Amino acid sequence: MENETTLTMEQLQKDLEKLQKKVSKIENNRKDQLSIALISGDMDKILAAMIISLAAAAMDTKVKIFFSFWALSALRDKKKKATGKDFISKMFGMMLPKGKNKLKLSNMNMAGMGPMMIKMLMKKKNVLSLDEMFQQAGELGIEITVCEMSMDLMGFKREEFIDYPNLRYAGAGTFVADAGESAMQLFI
Amino acid sequence: MSEDLKNLQSDLVVDARGTACPGPLLAAKKAIGDIESGEIMEILSADEGTKSDIPRWCEKVGHEYLGFVDEDSFSRLFLRKE
Repeated sequence: MENETTLTMEQLQKDLEKLQKKVSKIENNRKDQLSIALISGDMDKILAAMIISLAAAAMDTKVKIFFSFWALSALRDKKKKATGKDFISKMFGMMLPKGKNKLKLSNMNMAGMGPMMIKMLMKKKNVLSLDEMFQQAGELGIEITVCEMSMDLMGFKREEFIDYPNLRYAGAGTFVADAGESAMQLFI
Repeated sequence: MSEDLKNLQSDLVVDARGTACPGPLLAAKKAIGDIESGEIMEILSADEGTKSDIPRWCEKVGHEYLGFVDEDSFSRLFLRKE
């Protein structure tokens, strides 16, 4: 009789542990967190991503942005240079915008007139500049992760990216894991 | 309600009139740490979207949103810290 009771207790404890694991997994599935896969290198889309991220961070939501493909241009520092690149990487480097202030608009680019006008308007209407947005993002602890694979593909090197607090480098799996536990996911 | 708000004595006034969305929200978030629980913060904003953003922020993080008063070219938004 006594033996039976011990067995049941053990079983109960195991069940409880299983349940606790399940609950914590479920809780982790919908963290107050925003994960953005930022692929576009268009100025308007980067602006949108940054504004949404800043608003989320202001509302105490943890923000993680995964910079991939064309978006990597926005992270280039115009003052920095990377050496030892092969021919194709050099070509890519020359053809792609060098930094967030050189980005094109997805519409009405008009050979650079559009971005110039937007920047003028933003200043006039007191919208933060992209430089200020990245500054604020760093202060608010918004995490920026660089997609290693696209960095490699486009021939970018770590030393040519902007100074940003804890700039991370990772693969798609990291984004999937982050997105999986976030209550909000965006693809821009 | 707005009559009461007009006479409300704020413990901290945050002037965010020089910045557009999401500037006022960022300013509010930064300033909220400077007041104690139960104190009143007033945010000045010339950005219309702020009137919807601040109450939603309060709702999310637990502050009590008290309402807004419209002035000529801006609004004054009031909240009590949780």
